[in-house]
Amino acid sequence: MLNVALPKGRLGEKVYDLFEKAGFECPSIRENNRKLIFENPEKAVRYFWVKPSDVAIYVERGAADIGVAGKDILLEYEPDVYELLDLNLGRCRMAVAARADFRDDPRRTLKVATKFSNIAQQYYASRGRDIDIIHLNGSIEIAPILGLSDVIVDIVETGTTLKENDLEVVETIVPISARLIANKSGFKFKGAAIEEIVRSIAAQTEGNV
Amino acid sequence: MNTPTGLRGEEMTVAALRTLYGRYGYTPYKMSKFEEYDLYVRNKDFLISDSIITFTDTNGKLMALKPDVTLSIVKNTGDITDGVRKVYYDEHVYRVAKSSHTFREIRQMGLECLGEPDAYCRAEVLRLAAESLRCIAPETVLDVSHLGIITGLLDRFGVAADSRGAMLKCIGEKNRHELAQLCAAAGVTEDDTAVLCELAGLYGAPSEVLPKLRVLLGDTELAAVVEELEAVLSAVAITENAAAVRLDLSVVGDIRYYNGFVFKGFVSGIPGAVLTGGQYDRLLHKMGKASGAIGFAIYLDLLEELTVPDEPYDADDVLLYEAALPAEVSRAVAALQQDGRRVLALKALPEKLRCRRVWRLTESGVEPVENDA
Repeated sequence: MLNVALPKGRLGEKVYDLFEKAGFECPSIRENNRKLIFENPEKAVRYFWVKPSDVAIYVERGAADIGVAGKDILLEYEPDVYELLDLNLGRCRMAVAARADFRDDPRRTLKVATKFSNIAQQYYASRGRDIDIIHLNGSIEIAPILGLSDVIVDIVETGTTLKENDLEVVETIVPISARLIANKSGFKFKGAAIEEIVRSIAAQTEGNV
Repeated sequence: MNTPTGLRGEEMTVAALRTLYGRYGYTPYKMSKFEEYDLYVRNKDFLISDSIITFTDTNGKLMALKPDVTLSIVKNTGDITDGVRKVYYDEHVYRVAKSSHTFREIRQMGLECLGEPDAYCRAEVLRLAAESLRCIAPETVLDVSHLGIITGLLDRFGVAADSRGAMLKCIGEKNRHELAQLCAAAGVTEDDTAVLCELAGLYGAPSEVLPKLRVLLGDTELAAVVEELEAVLSAVAITENAAAVRLDLSVVGDIRYYNGFVFKGFVSGIPGAVLTGGQYDRLLHKMGKASGAIGFAIYLDLLEELTVPDEPYDADDVLLYEAALPAEVSRAVAALQQDGRRVLALKALPEKLRCRRVWRLTESGVEPVENDA
């Protein structure tokens, strides 16, 4: 049985379509109910919906053999997994944003508000910039407006939320998209099914670049 | 085989591994729990985690609880230049767990072949790794690679030293899409990038992968490395009682310490590698020794994840006693223990205890009690 962790939400539904076209369908997943686990014994596959930020944990710990996680989560938590494919879905970028009148003063410690402490820390460490991390769990955009931080490090899709809160992108740290990841041990023992999925999905997503 | 009741899977595995290593002439190596902190500071990158429990000894020296065994063995065995020394160990190490961010005591077993290991010694260590995995579980895989191939290619493609770390990380993740981006940024040609990406994805039995590897590498200086791989792996495959050996070029190690063979062992049902090993001549050279070494470690704490069949009963018999004299209870327990039954003597029956039978010791002797547990 191949266990697949899918991120709940629109991205997860798109990803399931890819798996279905790869020949690993599970019709019960289309039923409108609140179930989280779906199984198709004929195809030896089991899908489960999990919070997008938890997919990497399910895969790293072996509860799922494969899954789809955003590159932001992989960079933040650094799970010990294989990253087999860039699905080129859910594309956005990790960026530094600040108020339009922001000027970086290198004599002062830079206050950075973010949900992605590890990414922010590594990014500024690579530039030798001393920072103070303010870890927030949501509404990051208001931190610079209220003077809580100088800048924020967050995911930017269209930039509309930033604009509406009078912020703008200062620097792009890294482009983000959804990645197909696999548990290292699962890959050894269920390799044939995983490679079949990778081949099919790679062919389906080639044009997404 | 009759096994004593309560012997855990981990203990049985350790006993089997000791016997296995002894059969190949490896001798046990016992070391102190503590090591001077300085040893780990100088070789920080060799360690899995750089957090170390330290304390000041009575003589004022800063000491550490061992986070690693190999460094101590290398430090204490001197420079062996007249043959090899084969040792195995069974030790506790202290490291920070990634999940809880707190220190954990981890039981680690492993072996080292130090001095001047030749091709046979390398094959023997790989074979012992493959056989060790089979002592743990029936369904296991040993992934093997040779760092000479990757480093040889990076040299040939003229990749600068500061770009190599990120590339090796991508190779280790089989992350070909980002490897291609890094190659482009480092000025590697498209053809050479394709070779590296293909290499990162190569995986399978040596008989399938070696021919592909030959085609990929062409008739270059790296052909000798492939010959070495083939010669050693053919010596590993001569026993059936071993893990399935796979060639996986994505197995990488820190190239500042490791060179040559690197390998990882996996057990079905355990999410990460339970065995890691390799040839670490560079560590010895860094520590001022001319000799070389190859070895591996098994993380016994991970074996907890294997599903062990649940014992249906906490005890076979429970004997309830109230006002009886100790000698009377002892006699009744001894009588019930016949045939090797596990007998738990208690004053009252706990709520969730699972047992086959309950007895009560009364003035007239031992009487059965109706057991609803």
